[in-house]
Formats: sequence, structure tokens, C-alpha cells
Amino acid sequence: MKIVVLVKHVPDTAEERKLDLATGQLDREATGGVVDEINERALEAALRIKDSNKGTEVVAMTMGPEGAAQALRKALSMGADSGVHIVDDSLSGADTGRTAATLAAALRSTGFDVVLAGNESTDGRAGVIPAMLAEHLQLPLLGSLISAEIADGAVSGVRQGEGGTLDIHTGLPAVLTVTERFPEARFPNFKGILTAKRKPVTTLSASRLGVQAPVSRTVVISTVERPPRPAGRKLIDDGTAANELAEFLVANRLV
Amino acid sequence: MSNVLVLIEFSPRGEIAASARGLLAAAATLGSPVAVVVSATPLADDDVARLGELGAAGIYSAVTAAAGTVLLAPAVDALSGAVDAYEPAAVLAANSVDGREAAARLAVRVGGSVLADVVHVHNGNGTVVAQHSVFGGAYTVESVVEGGLPILTIRQGAIEGQAPTVQAELKTVSLGSNAEGVVLIDGFHDDPAGSARPELRSAATVVSGGRGLGSSANFVLVEQLADTLGAAVGASRAAVDAGYVAQTAQVGQTGVSVSPQLYIALGISGAIQHRAGMQTSKTIVAINKDEDAPIFDVADFGIVGDIFTVVPQLIEAVKARSN
Repeated sequence: MKIVVLVKHVPDTAEERKLDLATGQLDREATGGVVDEINERALEAALRIKDSNKGTEVVAMTMGPEGAAQALRKALSMGADSGVHIVDDSLSGADTGRTAATLAAALRSTGFDVVLAGNESTDGRAGVIPAMLAEHLQLPLLGSLISAEIADGAVSGVRQGEGGTLDIHTGLPAVLTVTERFPEARFPNFKGILTAKRKPVTTLSASRLGVQAPVSRTVVISTVERPPRPAGRKLIDDGTAANELAEFLVANRLV
Repeated sequence: MSNVLVLIEFSPRGEIAASARGLLAAAATLGSPVAVVVSATPLADDDVARLGELGAAGIYSAVTAAAGTVLLAPAVDALSGAVDAYEPAAVLAANSVDGREAAARLAVRVGGSVLADVVHVHNGNGTVVAQHSVFGGAYTVESVVEGGLPILTIRQGAIEGQAPTVQAELKTVSLGSNAEGVVLIDGFHDDPAGSARPELRSAATVVSGGRGLGSSANFVLVEQLADTLGAAVGASRAAVDAGYVAQTAQVGQTGVSVSPQLYIALGISGAIQHRAGMQTSKTIVAINKDEDAPIFDVADFGIVGDIFTVVPQLIEAVKARSN
């Protein structure tokens, strides 16, 4: 079985992330980049299948500028067999529609039985790429899973919906997305880090994939930074703080 | 006036989902709202009346045996049928698990683009302009769609108010069911959530607890203050990961984003990932024993103290004042 795991190189959420106010695009200089944690959980799910069935092939795929190669390197050091990097200046600032069209073409050329992704990235948070891919590829999507069972030709899982969970199943090939309820990812070990350097990474461009930009696109027309919050009051409790807080809430009509 | 389609979801118990009000209110500011509904049996009169009350001028009711047994595909088929029938200026869905998957598939199918997690919409000279709150509200970004149909996912709880009540014009169509390449639903399990409290995303007041609570038994302190204030219960990821409370209560980068009138953080240090989900709240109160906790940087009123001492006193003080 061949599993392609989509990974995204994103700004570290532990730092203050910035947008370029002129373009509305991510300021990649402002913060360090990391593999999005949710993608590491997706990769972990794929690697657990490989642990129990050595015939499984795990491919990590990313689309992003040169620096995104770091995300692939991390995935390879964790245990993925190979990487695919879609990198192309013309893809800079690609919206979700363009990203999905490009990834779908790359997935067709790479081949797969299962595509595993996170339910949403921590930077864009749109959560639409996996469903767009499924539509491009005419495949079923098992989205927002809290657990999954992948076996010969079929996959079942539990989906976290709005008011509860659903038990769902479908046949392969299929696209799956995992949520934070999936197990935390393993750390790369020393051997993994060493062997990662020898694993193959294929580089693809939009033109090589023959993908045209979709006619419909999203355009950012303004980006405004929120002014910082003014400093508030801070009391050290001496036994009267709760009373003062109650008065503050009443005075501001909050209770 | 141009038509604006709205995908209506149902709660697990078969009621029109709470997201419908805000979606129809947003649609009414852009054009004439048409509710798109999928059901296994013809739409009940009560639901037709309720949708009109919420502002739906039209209802596109797609009836199919697959509703309830096939995941999402019927909703996408219904939306795409409604796009043909109404030639809408925009399509709106909730930024929910189902809503965004339907929006994403529809965009590819009909040649549109998704404007995601929208907190406000307006009509700018005939163009649908969407506003987003990015990186936990650190930026406000406006965007539009060029060259295709705008498909918006609307953040739940972000749109206030209600569209004017109208008499909904019902159009019923029957939808074929395609069993190939679809996801089948085998069962449903209710979340054991305390539904007596207000819904987290739309609550006026939210009381959240963090690692400082120390145990799931102690988390009851958060619930007691919430119930005193008529508030929803939230939590930091640390509290969720420690098992004090269900994941659905998680506020932050990877949980729910809230902007209530009042947000009270109890025993929450205020890591940047948590602040990303609550720092646009109108008033923020924090109680934490660590004087240097970053939550105090965004708090309008902070108390450095022991939550197990301060919170019971606060509950008594609030009760005394409301009597």
C-alpha cells in the first residue's frame, strides 16, 4: 500500500506570526518554520501502518518555497520513505484553489492508495484543501477523523462532527484527514536522521505538472494590523481582590 | 436582487442547526437568501416556517434516500443543483466540519473559490467582500473572489442579528443517489456535552480553565463560576490534553475561536496558542497564581492569586450583587 502524507511548512505557533501589510501574504522572515504538528500526527498514523506491515510505502509531499524542504527532511527522518517537493516561483501566494489543483496533479503523477492530511493547517486554517483534492481526484473523503482503521481496500473511522461523532467507512483509494485526537508523533532517532539524507526527494514544478492556474481566484484587498490591547489592572490578591473584580464586572455591566 | 445560497445543516436531533440564523442574516445583507436543505423525507412544515422566520426567501429542498446514510455527497449535489437553478451571487456555508468540506468540493465542481472562516461580509459595489480575523485577531484581512463564484464559510457565532422574516417560497427536487465512491455512515454518537449551558462559540460570557485547575475533579470550579454567570465553559489545550474536560471545549489556535463580551481565564498561563483563540474578547479577566503569566499581558483585569481561594469568593460576591 502506498500512502502519501501531505505536510506543510508553517510558522511556529509559539512565536508571533506576521503578515506583510502590503500583500496580505505571510511574512516568512518573521518566524521560524516548522512542520505543522497536525501533519506530524498524520505521518505518525502512516508510519504505524508501515510498522505493522513492512510492504507499506510512505511518501511525504509538500508544496512551498525552498525552505519547505526542511519539512520533508523532518518527515524523512521520522521514517517516510521518500519526499515530493512542489516548488515554483509562480506558485508564490497561491490560494486554496490553486494549491489544491497543483497538489491534485502531483498526487496523480506520484500515485497512491491513501492520501493522509491534517484537518486544517495552523496558518491558513481554511480546512478546505483535502476536500478540494478529493473533488479533483473524484475520491471519497473521510475528514476530521479521531481514529481510523485502514485495511485491504477499505478504510473505516470515527469522524468528529458538530454535535457528536459518526462511524463512517469507504473503499480505497481515499483521502483522509486527522484531528488532534490522533496520537502524537514520534521523534526522529539518530539512525533516522542519518538515513534521511540518503532518501530520494523528487522536485516538481507547476509547469512540469502541466497545471494551469484556475480561472477563479481569491484576492486580498486589505490587511490591517490590530492595535495592541491597552494594559489593564493587575492586583495581587490580599483577600479583597474577588470583591474588587465583582465590582468591576458590575460597573461594566458584565454580570 | 441577486440570489445568495445558504447551506442549512441539521443538528443530530433533526433540528435546524444554530448556524442557520447567522448564515441567513449574512446572506440577507448580500441579496435574497435561498436556503439549501437536504433531507430523506420532504421538509416538515415547521422547518419551512422556521427558515422563513430566519429570513429565507426561497428554500431549495433536495429530497434523497441517501440523506443520513451517505456523508456529505448529497449536500454537494444539492448545492450544485441549486447553483444551476438560482445563478447565485454567492454561496454561504457554516465554517463547520461539514460546511467547509461541502464548500471546498462545490468550489472545484462549479468553478468558484472559497473565502474561509469569514467573520463579516458586505456588498462593495456589487462585489462580495469577506472579512477574516487572522492569527487570533492580530490582523483583519478583506478578500474577494475574481473570475468565479464566491463560496464563503462563515465563522460560527461571528454574525449577530437576524434577517427580516419573510414567507419562504418552497421548491422541492428529488435527488438521485449515487452509491459509488461515497462515504457511508454506519452510526452516530451524541457528544455527552452539558447542553444546558450556552454554546461556546456564541456565548456572551465564557469561563475557561487551564492546567492550574490541577485535576478533572477541580475543573468543577470553572463550571460553578460559569453557571453563576450564565456562561459557556472553555478550556486551554493543556487542560484538554490532561483530560480535565472534553476536547470540544478547547479554545485556542487549534480549537474554537471566541470573541465574547467577557472572557474569564482561570489557571491559564496564556501561551500564544491560547491567546490566538480569545484575545479579541471585549473584556478579559485572568486569575493566576503566577505573576509573570503571559495571560496578564492581554487581561483588562488580572488577579495574581489562588483560584481556589478567589473564585469561590467571586461567586459569592457576584451572587450577593445580583440579589
